[in-house]
Amino acid sequence: MTHADDVVVLGVGMHPWGRWGRNFVEYGVAAATAALADAGLPWTDVQFVSGADTMRNGYPGYVAGATFAQALGWTGVPVASSYAACASGAAAMEVARTRILAGRCDVALVVGADTSPKGFFAPTSGDRPEDPDWLRFRLLGATNPTYFALYARRRMDLHGATAADFARVKVKNAGHGLTNPNARYRKRVTEEEVLASPMVADPLRLLEICATSDGGAAVVLASAAFARRHTTEPVRVAAISTATPTYPNTIIDMPDFATDSWAVAAPPERPFKASIARAAYNEAGLAPEDLSLAEVYDLSSALELDWYEDIGLCKPGEAERLLNDGDTTLGGRVPVNPSGGLSCFGEAVPAQAIAQVCEVTWQLRGQAAGRQVEGARVGITANQGLFGHGSSVLLVR
Amino acid sequence: MAKIRVPAVEGWFTTDADQPALLGQHCPDCGTYLFPKTDLGCPNPACSGTGLEEVELSRRGTVWSCTDARYQPPPPYVVPGAEHEPFAIAAVELAREGLVVMGQVVPGVGVDQLPVGTEVELVVDTLYEDDDHEHLVWKWAPAGGGPA
Repeated sequence: MTHADDVVVLGVGMHPWGRWGRNFVEYGVAAATAALADAGLPWTDVQFVSGADTMRNGYPGYVAGATFAQALGWTGVPVASSYAACASGAAAMEVARTRILAGRCDVALVVGADTSPKGFFAPTSGDRPEDPDWLRFRLLGATNPTYFALYARRRMDLHGATAADFARVKVKNAGHGLTNPNARYRKRVTEEEVLASPMVADPLRLLEICATSDGGAAVVLASAAFARRHTTEPVRVAAISTATPTYPNTIIDMPDFATDSWAVAAPPERPFKASIARAAYNEAGLAPEDLSLAEVYDLSSALELDWYEDIGLCKPGEAERLLNDGDTTLGGRVPVNPSGGLSCFGEAVPAQAIAQVCEVTWQLRGQAAGRQVEGARVGITANQGLFGHGSSVLLVR
Repeated sequence: MAKIRVPAVEGWFTTDADQPALLGQHCPDCGTYLFPKTDLGCPNPACSGTGLEEVELSRRGTVWSCTDARYQPPPPYVVPGAEHEPFAIAAVELAREGLVVMGQVVPGVGVDQLPVGTEVELVVDTLYEDDDHEHLVWKWAPAGGGPA
């Protein structure tokens, strides 16, 4: 049941993840075309385009909204482009949603796509010592996995997590993504294989760190009144959180050299990562107990365990028990990353938060063949991007 | 001829041979600390202070967490020798300042020697060398027995 002032997901679409080596615009157009077909709308009916920026593909990436609008064929449609690192897709969705809520349009297309380099993400080249993202590579040799590993090591020392726990997250997600047609990696892996893969950043091994991928994802958002003319079973957007940290942010974040100081200002009640989903729950009037499933940003196997706690599935220190009891595996109490997650996709930065919403939408419609969470009614996405960008989307059937 | 020793980044740390220290800032209005320094005024939203004062940060702290770089990091990281040798990286908690500050760990000290809570101290060491210069950076080392 939707209300007149709700925003709903009317269509979703993706270009499969992989290493295709083609222009990112192709993936975005393929995803947009699929999402429009899913919505049953022609491109010419779209009243607003919201693009998620890619930083690696020159000016067409920085002006993503216009790039995709031009590629689909100029119609005079207004556009916006959003950058929020890994959270860019959610930021773009929030721009489209607020546009609809403001009554400025009835239906909007949100698109994100990327063509990624191989190996570690690295900063823009040149001599740029004023840029902290450049400096952390120069002075520390700190890659993205460095930060993931700091969290993982602390989990081991504080909560008794083991290398085997982390490996089992990978095993679970590999199993989930086996038949997902949009996943890049569709291969079962064993705990032994994970633990035999090369160490990248102790305690994280190669198979536990997400790859960088090419891919594209799109959603069509619409007002509930518009959607009623096109579908009888819309998926409602119950909340979108685009939270930033509250001072002092006392957990070290990529690409920073240091935390904020807690010498005089008390840390917030919830650390940044835990505040992201909380803002979504608060907006929607929902609680973690209402969830049927979650899609979280498993940049590393260990980071998925942090998310269990940060989205409220359990208390700090209990994530390993949740995992090992099978609660977060398909068929369990609240499956996490039924799509296979970043573990099976790799990261296509501006598309990834949109892809999470595609998966939850398919799950809530009962269309996630081979990985369906039975009777799914409420799903959440969670994601944290560089430079203080949180994102979480709550969807309800 | 000996190479000239220069900091790899200007104004982030002192290169005092015995007592090197990171250079942060302290806000005289609210009392908070920050690192690295900024020209943007106090970061505490409850404070409108603009007169941040440079201050040497505590030379000792405890390990918040630790990892290592088994693979060679991409540029602008410069490999300090013929080929990449894995090194550890620690995030270290400074009690007085209420800060966690990252740094490379001195060569020869691995993750296993730095569990959460281990006491470490700041040293200055070579980051990389070129023909004329030895570029210096701060690193964390297991704490010696001397005064803090």
